[in-house]
Amino acid sequence: MKLVAGYPDSLTEKPFHYCPGCTHGIIHRLVAEVIDELGIREETIGVAPVGCSVLAYEYFDVDMFEASHGRAPAVATGVKRVHPDKIVFTYQGDGDLASIGTAEIIHAANRGEKITTIFVNNAIYGMTGGQMAPTTLVGQKTTTSPFGRDTNTAGHPIKISEMLSVLDGSAYIARVSVHDPKHIRQAKKAIKKAFQVQIEGKGFALVEVLSACPTNWGMAPVEAVKWLADNMVPTYPLGEFKEVE
Amino acid sequence: MGEKILMKGNEAIAEAAIKAGCRYFFGYPITPQNALPEYMSRRLPEVGGVFLQAESEVAASNMVYGAAGAGARVLTSSSSPGISLKMEGISYIAGAELPAVIVNMMRGGPGLGGIQPSQSDYFQATKGGGHGDYRLVVLAPSSVQEAVDLTMEAFEIADRYRNPVMIVGDGIIGQMMEPVEFKKEIDPADLPKKDWATDGAKGREKNVINSLFLDPRELEKHNLKLKAKYDKMKEKEVRYETYKMDDAELVIVAYGTTARIALSAIELAREKGIKVGLIRPISLFPFPEKIIAEAAGKVNSFLVVEMSAGQMVEDVRLAVNGKKEVYFYGRTGGMVPSPEEIVEEIVKIGGAIK
Ligand SMILES: Cc1ncc(C[n+]2csc(CCOP(=O)(O)OP(=O)(O)O)c2C)c(N)n1
Ligand code: SF4
Repeated sequence: MKLVAGYPDSLTEKPFHYCPGCTHGIIHRLVAEVIDELGIREETIGVAPVGCSVLAYEYFDVDMFEASHGRAPAVATGVKRVHPDKIVFTYQGDGDLASIGTAEIIHAANRGEKITTIFVNNAIYGMTGGQMAPTTLVGQKTTTSPFGRDTNTAGHPIKISEMLSVLDGSAYIARVSVHDPKHIRQAKKAIKKAFQVQIEGKGFALVEVLSACPTNWGMAPVEAVKWLADNMVPTYPLGEFKEVE
Repeated sequence: MGEKILMKGNEAIAEAAIKAGCRYFFGYPITPQNALPEYMSRRLPEVGGVFLQAESEVAASNMVYGAAGAGARVLTSSSSPGISLKMEGISYIAGAELPAVIVNMMRGGPGLGGIQPSQSDYFQATKGGGHGDYRLVVLAPSSVQEAVDLTMEAFEIADRYRNPVMIVGDGIIGQMMEPVEFKKEIDPADLPKKDWATDGAKGREKNVINSLFLDPRELEKHNLKLKAKYDKMKEKEVRYETYKMDDAELVIVAYGTTARIALSAIELAREKGIKVGLIRPISLFPFPEKIIAEAAGKVNSFLVVEMSAGQMVEDVRLAVNGKKEVYFYGRTGGMVPSPEEIVEEIVKIGGAIK
């Protein structure tokens, strides 16, 4: 008999602390499955962010760092330069990567740092209680945009994948979503590519994953994934933005 | 090895780091320490190391966090405004108990300040600077040779305690050329393996580099563990030098460049018949409080000389503990005190000298 859905070796048995319907858990699992499938668990070093996934260092069963807010790409750079033969990844939210950590992600990509970044875009600051993120949609209500995001005063949803794809150091940039099984399968494929690109030493790789935050969106889990598909996907088109042969 | 070569302070520190087995440097340009990273950018590739000019000091200090956690000996250097930005990484490095060496060639502040020599980051270096209950071992050389020796020692101390060590100098130490000797050379391959480092969990439990403890009981435990480490440093890592203390009636307390100037002042004062000695703290943390307390039982008064508006003087007062008068003379903003000015101060407080 062939085991089709076992528990990934690259996850510890610690139960996730994520809210019901939060898609961080799905994304963790996809990353862990990819690490298993590529057989790189014992060569991989991960860097957790500050955000809801701060405890990712407890969930991934690989060597891990907990970085300061937004600096995971810098930490990963330090690790990768010491261990160029190991696989290094960061896992970051949108406040972490697209706001406080913009300098670090842009320069890691531009240097062609051979790391893989999993960028979880849920259009909000989850951990601190639902404040506006740079990725918050136009008109979206958050605790710090109570009347809806106004582009006049709060700017526009920031398109990280499009931005990073113009940098010469980027080898693979894709945006995926996890709002239904079909998209979850596509997401896994992209994540796998992003690790393979690193294994092949091609350059910087990032997968932006559109993710649901039912708690801070004030929605039930099912409603949240529907809102994601209906509202986030049109703002953040899915696809591969860069793929170096 | 063994032979003396003429080197600038900044370059000598860089070479000393390499001789100590450091192969990784992350930094961002700032005057007056640029000669150090520039030297590293030439030398590190020759020895199979990595020089990386980061996008900012914030990034540089977090790269240091990554490299140190990955098990390497790693150096970063900067000057005052850059060190302020490095404080984020430094606090995390201290919190996660990682060894790293940081050089601060201090310049005048606050704000953008100036680029001339200063000692106005004493508080920042010795009392925190970053957030949380942590300490750095802070070493203050007063010659290029001492900068070399202390840099090599800094890597040993950092590894021994799993704690960041800061070397503080100023533009004078950095730019001054003096003959130096490198007393040993360490091959990084010979360094003991760090079993806590992250290099892939091959055939072992995973390692985690972390400073987060959400449970307050756990964090307190961690804080007390760190404190025990700092107490041990206070016991074992105090470094200082004394000069002409045997018959001294007044003692100057000064470190780094200022201590060198004080030596000339002491000769001038003694020519005038005033018996002046020197206590030169070499470790600013742990602070040589014992020798100062002992001196308080013998001398009549203290004169603290700093290139600041008065920072180390607070630690001297704590050590003297009200037993004797502690005077202060400082120049700031990049102005360097002259031996004559110091003698003038000595004469001014001469009333206290019998
Ligand atoms: C320097 C610093 N600033 C602010 C915070 C507070 N903080 C913690 S998590 C967070 C936002 C995280 O949001 P995001 O990256 O979108 O991740 P999510 O929680 O949504 O997964 C902030 C601002 C911090 N820990 N450190
Ligand atoms: S707050 Fe949002 S992002 Fe955080 S765990 Fe809950 S649902 Fe997930």
